[in-house]
Amino acid sequence: MNEPNHMRRIAIIWFALSVILTPIVVAVIAPTLPPGDATSAADNQLSDDTLLLGIVTPIAVAMIVYFAYTMIVFRRRGEPTEEGPATRDNRAVHIPWLVGTTAIVLFLATFGTVELADAGAGGGEGPEPAFKMTGDVLPVQVIAQQWEFTYRYPTYGGVETAHLELPVDKNVEFHVTSLDVIHSFWAPRLGVKADANPGVDNVAFVKPWQEMSFDIRCSELCGLWHGYMFDTGQVVSESAFEEWIHEQQRTFAPATKFLPKYSTQYFPEPERRAG
Amino acid sequence: MTGTVSARPLWRRLIGFNLLWGIVLGIVGFYFGWWLGHQIHAESLSFFESTNQNDVALMLGYVFALVGFLVGLGFLNYPLSRMRGHRATQAEKEEGGVGRYFTLCTDHKVVGIQYLVGIGFFFFIGGMNAMLIRAELLRPSPQLFGAGNYLTLVGLHGTMMMGIMTSGILGPFANYFLPLMIGARRMAFPRVESLTFWLLMAAGAILMTTLLFGGFPTGWTGYAPLNDEANYGFDSYIFFFALVGLSMTLLGVNMIVTTITMRAPGLTWGRLPIFCWGAISTALLMVLAAPVLIAALLMVAFDRGVQTSFFLSSAGGSPYLFQNLFWFFGHPEVYLLALPGFGIVLELLPVFARKPLWGYRIAVAGIVGVALLSFFVWQHHLFVSGLNSSLRPFYMFSTEAISVPTGLIFLCGMGTLWRAKIRYRVPMLFCLAWFFNFFIGGASGVFLSDVPSDVATHGSFFVMAHFHYTIMGGLVFAFFAAIYYWVPKMFGIALNERLGKIHFWTMFISFNSTFAPLFALGLMGMPRRVVTYPSNLQPLNDWVSVSAFVLGASMLLFLANVVYSLVIVRKPAPANPWDSHSLEWQTPTPVPLENFDRQPVIDSDPYDYGVPPVPVPLPPPAEAPAPG
Repeated sequence: MNEPNHMRRIAIIWFALSVILTPIVVAVIAPTLPPGDATSAADNQLSDDTLLLGIVTPIAVAMIVYFAYTMIVFRRRGEPTEEGPATRDNRAVHIPWLVGTTAIVLFLATFGTVELADAGAGGGEGPEPAFKMTGDVLPVQVIAQQWEFTYRYPTYGGVETAHLELPVDKNVEFHVTSLDVIHSFWAPRLGVKADANPGVDNVAFVKPWQEMSFDIRCSELCGLWHGYMFDTGQVVSESAFEEWIHEQQRTFAPATKFLPKYSTQYFPEPERRAG
Repeated sequence: MTGTVSARPLWRRLIGFNLLWGIVLGIVGFYFGWWLGHQIHAESLSFFESTNQNDVALMLGYVFALVGFLVGLGFLNYPLSRMRGHRATQAEKEEGGVGRYFTLCTDHKVVGIQYLVGIGFFFFIGGMNAMLIRAELLRPSPQLFGAGNYLTLVGLHGTMMMGIMTSGILGPFANYFLPLMIGARRMAFPRVESLTFWLLMAAGAILMTTLLFGGFPTGWTGYAPLNDEANYGFDSYIFFFALVGLSMTLLGVNMIVTTITMRAPGLTWGRLPIFCWGAISTALLMVLAAPVLIAALLMVAFDRGVQTSFFLSSAGGSPYLFQNLFWFFGHPEVYLLALPGFGIVLELLPVFARKPLWGYRIAVAGIVGVALLSFFVWQHHLFVSGLNSSLRPFYMFSTEAISVPTGLIFLCGMGTLWRAKIRYRVPMLFCLAWFFNFFIGGASGVFLSDVPSDVATHGSFFVMAHFHYTIMGGLVFAFFAAIYYWVPKMFGIALNERLGKIHFWTMFISFNSTFAPLFALGLMGMPRRVVTYPSNLQPLNDWVSVSAFVLGASMLLFLANVVYSLVIVRKPAPANPWDSHSLEWQTPTPVPLENFDRQPVIDSDPYDYGVPPVPVPLPPPAEAPAPG
């Protein structure tokens, strides 16, 4: 009986499908994925996703083709059972497989580190960020408490606002902190996510590239009304931002004097249940 | 069921050390502890008394309830009789009858079935919680439950599944089959084995009592300082997880010692069935990780009960400490959910592929490699927490490195299928589905391990989809594979094949239809554990909910199969319905009390399937070439 060369057939099917599917995934599907590329951080995230999809697609195709092929070609029906060949191993496969997977892992970790090194890719980096934005930055403090976010602009007299506005094309340095439990400041389109820990200054960087409005949600379970802890922010032109922040300063001037002095962290009375 | 035992009237048989008296003494113990807690007066407790939220009383109640429960079950009898100078004996409830399933029993086969039923019960409750969660999420704003009850449901579902299902495969199947597979007559510590089961059941019951005390709003992670301000229903969470941790630790010790010391002659490490490797690696994780959880939960209990401040930043503690401790346990925990699945799948593939397990050594390397690496990745749960930003590249690398040993498992599966003679029986379908699900789970895990990509998806439904693919798609599919495969051995009756296939396809399709859209929801900005979401996400959420209901219905199909096959039809299964070469199928069904009538001696691994290659006859000697 003339056994066909199964491995060659699998390789051909895999190659054909990968050549068709991988460019479609990378060039057509990936650019439409959230979080988009409206900011520097979102762009870091999307380029990692694109690269990962580009690597995962051919691997997934290989898996599906291999399993589908073996499951169809090597199937047997009913009794009595036939026995397969008693092959136990093929050492020639081990080394290429190990080298291949290890190489992919090393490459991914390296690429991820490179993107991460671009100011932390929008993730919260704690009080001493390993990866920073240099040059002129606008510090914005995000104060989380049960169950809302407020924002302080230390370079504008420490005014505390109920909404977040950011100027376009300017480096923003978020200082995320909490007054009670752990929250997480997540603005998906902005590409920023940073946990708000009580007594911790969690710094995250982003540079918005276009004017837009974006959603803000708390993404760490913070108690009863966690599901209601959301907000909408805006990225506006520099002049509109200046106008807005000065209006905020005027509006909140009576309140600002009673606020505690701007600090990277606040130690409120603990939410103790007794004592 | 003959002789004097069954001749006694029912009421007489109910008196003794059994579940009934365990429950009675447990309730008595609870009220004793509750009363005791209220006798303690202190400045800081006056607040509790005024609100009837006395944490100390509740905790003492749970402690004494547990003690009463165990005493009622008879766990004190043996130590007391030894102290009074009686001879050591193994004989607790080994005489047979239905009664031994409701008490301390030292027969590992009874404990296995106890685990199967007990875990099945709590798995069902956890699943019902999931149904309720999905019902709530049919609309973007709350409709069925308030925000608080919704959080309690989410927390109950997560905690129940992550707690009880840690023993989901080791409990029923390793307890039952590991001794059979290694040719032992029992587990190393039979009484401890029974204790692990009853601790788990006590834990499950304690977790359910949270509903009487207002639930808890923290999810299964129970982060500080939210856990400190939580209602006192959170104390049930603490006790649940601490007891689960204790049960896990003891189970792990038992598995490790049994595998090391009680293997039959000739069963070298190189011949140990791969399922036993999965079990012992899981056991290793349990022993090393679970005590950390117990310690962390004790600290939480002290923070709540007696005003220490391990985790309160305003009083000198650190919420990061809890996150670190929790995930130092928590990440090995998710692998100890996955590893038994690796073992089951690789154990079953050769039987249905009619080939030896391909690459036994690298399969072992894969399982042990995953187990060891899992201790070096926990901070990927804290990628945006603000902790150690300079260590992120390391944790990114170590997390991605886990795909190397996991890849070896896939390689072994692929090698085993190569040129096989595959028979599509129900267990095999579940095993093959495992590869599909776990690949998606693993690949999405690589996205999450990549820090920039994780910033977009951390704490979102993307993560939820990921771990349901690895845990439900990995553990639960392997769990069902194991049930269909081993029920003929455990009960002497096979589950119906046709119903099983209907169950499989319903479950497989609805599972993917439920969890694949969650990846999209997460990317589109839906965080976990929210009761509200933007209305543009409603169509996708409704799709997920309806799929989830079908998934739930597929579990009812399974239950119907169990009732139909095991209760109504009761068609005896053949002695070895799968033609397995593994040692457990060589014993008679039902397995006798001592398993083997004489000590088995092992001379090969259990995978000697297949036709050995016929030596190719040498070609006839060619004519000597003509000179010239």
